[in-house]
Amino acid sequence: MPEITFVRSRSILRDRLVQLLVYAAVLVVSGVFIWILADLVRGGVAHLSWNFFVDSPRDAGRAGGIGPILVSTALILLVALVVALPLAWATAVLLAEFVPATSKFGTIVRYSLQVLAGVPSIVFGLFGNAFFSIYLGLGFSILSGGLTLACMLLPILVSTAEAGLRAVPENYRMSAAALGMSRTATLLHLLLPAAAPALAAGLLLGIGRAVAETAALLFTSGYVERMPGSLLDSGRALALHIFDLSMNVPGGDAPAYASALVLVVLLLAINIVAMKLAYGLQRKRIMPA
Amino acid sequence: MNTHDIEEIQRSVEKQHTFTLGPLQTGPACCDPQPIVQVKNFSLHYDNKTALDKVTLDIYRGCITALIGPSGCGKTSFLSAINRLTDLIPNCKVVGHIQVDGVDIYQSACDVQVLRQQIGMVFQKPTPFPLSIRRNIELPLREHGVTKRAEVEAVSEQVLRDVGLWHEVHDRLDSAALSLSGGQQQRLCIARALALKPKILLMDEPCSALDPIASGVVEDLIVGLQGRYTIVIVTHNLAQARRIANYAAFFWVKERAGHLIEFGHCRDIFETPVHQLTAAYVSGARG
Amino acid sequence: MFRSVFTDTLLRWVLQAGAVVSALVMAMIMLFLLSESWPVLQHLSLAQFLTDSSWHPLEGSYNLTPMLSGTLYASMGALLLAVPLGIASAIFIVYYASPRSALLYRRLIELLAGIPSVVFGFWGLTTLVPLVNQLHPPGASLLAGILVLTLMILPTIALMTYAALIAVPDEYIRSAAALGLSGWSMIRGVALPAARTGIVAGIVLAAGRALGETMAVLMVAGNVVQHADSLFDPIRTLAANIALEMAYAMGDHRAVLFVSGLMLMLLVMTLSGLAGWLGKKSYA
Repeated sequence: MPEITFVRSRSILRDRLVQLLVYAAVLVVSGVFIWILADLVRGGVAHLSWNFFVDSPRDAGRAGGIGPILVSTALILLVALVVALPLAWATAVLLAEFVPATSKFGTIVRYSLQVLAGVPSIVFGLFGNAFFSIYLGLGFSILSGGLTLACMLLPILVSTAEAGLRAVPENYRMSAAALGMSRTATLLHLLLPAAAPALAAGLLLGIGRAVAETAALLFTSGYVERMPGSLLDSGRALALHIFDLSMNVPGGDAPAYASALVLVVLLLAINIVAMKLAYGLQRKRIMPA
Repeated sequence: MNTHDIEEIQRSVEKQHTFTLGPLQTGPACCDPQPIVQVKNFSLHYDNKTALDKVTLDIYRGCITALIGPSGCGKTSFLSAINRLTDLIPNCKVVGHIQVDGVDIYQSACDVQVLRQQIGMVFQKPTPFPLSIRRNIELPLREHGVTKRAEVEAVSEQVLRDVGLWHEVHDRLDSAALSLSGGQQQRLCIARALALKPKILLMDEPCSALDPIASGVVEDLIVGLQGRYTIVIVTHNLAQARRIANYAAFFWVKERAGHLIEFGHCRDIFETPVHQLTAAYVSGARG
Repeated sequence: MFRSVFTDTLLRWVLQAGAVVSALVMAMIMLFLLSESWPVLQHLSLAQFLTDSSWHPLEGSYNLTPMLSGTLYASMGALLLAVPLGIASAIFIVYYASPRSALLYRRLIELLAGIPSVVFGFWGLTTLVPLVNQLHPPGASLLAGILVLTLMILPTIALMTYAALIAVPDEYIRSAAALGLSGWSMIRGVALPAARTGIVAGIVLAAGRALGETMAVLMVAGNVVQHADSLFDPIRTLAANIALEMAYAMGDHRAVLFVSGLMLMLLVMTLSGLAGWLGKKSYA
């Protein structure tokens, strides 16, 4: 065996360097995150007041508040959820409980949802404009926007619900069947309650996605900042309001900051609750009733 | 669980006269064997693997029949074939006949839910639902049309008494079933099955996931059920089979498929086995 | 008993109907994109989108290459920055951080993923663009677009890499340590290769996000239709182009925008399909 020497010092130096780089990257990312939040708080907090939440925007949004915009946002979200939830959860139950994992029908549905998940939001906007606004004649309305968002939410709602149902231990199904319970009763009384945290987490993630969305709403729910009278009226979503104020309204920065702060705080809250639910679920698969 | 509790449980289990739910028409005990389940040339396949090959066997009313044999010899498959739980396993195919009270259960006319109400099952791992203790018993009862509150409560109390759980849980029926100890959970599962007034109880190693003391309690309970219910029990514990069973069926894997090697009175199987595989297995030489 | 058999059957049909509708959404999107693009696909050749003299949709010249180059430059630039940062973040969480700071930093990344694109765009517009302007006017530029996109795709890469690294079997790490491998040799030589498919899937997914992102880039990149010569030139991406011109587009112009939407979707679909396939492989 030839004489070899082991050199230790070089690897120590290199390890140090790599560690330094990793820490630097982490610092940069955390720094930017804090920078963004601090910027939003600094720019927006002075403009926040109770009136800001309830007043109508005046002077193209430079003055006044975001009352009607919050209402439109909530209505768009409501339409999206009312349409998407039943469809998504029905699909998830079918995929998780009724069709074998390898069946052709299941594969097709799953694949189509997977593709749908990758579609860019601007393309949803194009589709929503062509189908809901023009083909179905709904025009620029809260209904068009909500339906477009419903399409967008389907994949995330289905995948979270399906994963939640699959995490329910198999022996619940076996025991329920051994007790002669019908599949409907098993589903309603056992499986859905057991999967409830996952369903809720998915729901919150979906809400977060929908509230954050801008591009898909540009040509579907429209720009009108008035208080909507019905679902067929155009309504401006909060995200779109921020976009419009910052791009098209000179001097709209202060209300834009405030609106952005409202949106980010809302989304952070939604995401934190969703995370809590999801982690709780991982730690303790099933909650004792 | 302290020792006082354990004595209490054992005492309540021993009080067999407290059973009121066992159907009185279970018929004569084992001195006069009368088949309730008749298995004829029954085979079971998963995909292209054969789990059971041409099993023919009678299970007698009111008796305890133990299914013994090494792992993977098809005992559990056989058990779940009797209440058609095999329906839930994808790609599972059955050939042959199983008759329960003279009715072929694999005919399309057979209502699976009624069948499973009449044939209770207890699994190896205690499987209470993530609901309250009360709801665990109530849910299957309601499913089978027992909806009157008084009725449900009476039945719940009775079955909980039958399994010796009543005095342990009567003051916390609304707490989570999953908060019970392993042995208590298993007795709750037995109570839940008994609530449906089954004719037959299928038990898949009901003691093997429990600690020795809880296991003893459950075993005594099973002995107490003898005569009132027909019991088919899978067990790896030969001593247990010998202690509690009237009949024993010995399964063995031959050519990658489960076969029934020998069936007979429990004592005969253990003391004068006909087949040399049986002799080797029960003496601990093989398996 | 008839009753419950009946409800079971009914339930099955209801669920089946729901699933069919869900699956049809994708088909509908394809159908409508195709039917809206059909007029121009019929009388314009695809080559025209690459060879027309310029993008002057009102005069009938539809050269999409500046938008294509803008999209590609911005996405590639963002990937160049986000891949090292994202992987370093994941390595930090899995190998360097204390359990507490690991959890904290992971939460931070997950929250970063939840910030909407319009807020990133707004922040870029009010903070980054003036900063870039000080370096080299006009500020609204490819560079600003790249920076904002980096922030948006970094969480995807970091979280996918994290999931892949966590899935690396402990035995690998233990045997590497038993051979006296130092920290970085262990990560580079054993952990990263073992997690490779998962990491690549994350990068591909992030690339798809970057290509399809609209609002953030639209707000900071300047939106001039041109091939960028330097990082400080303004650019316009395909998605931003759709968002900017849909409002007043008619006839052929509108149809061309749908064609570019179709292109974008095919691009992103290919990438996400690839990512899904890779992701499945990594857990096999």
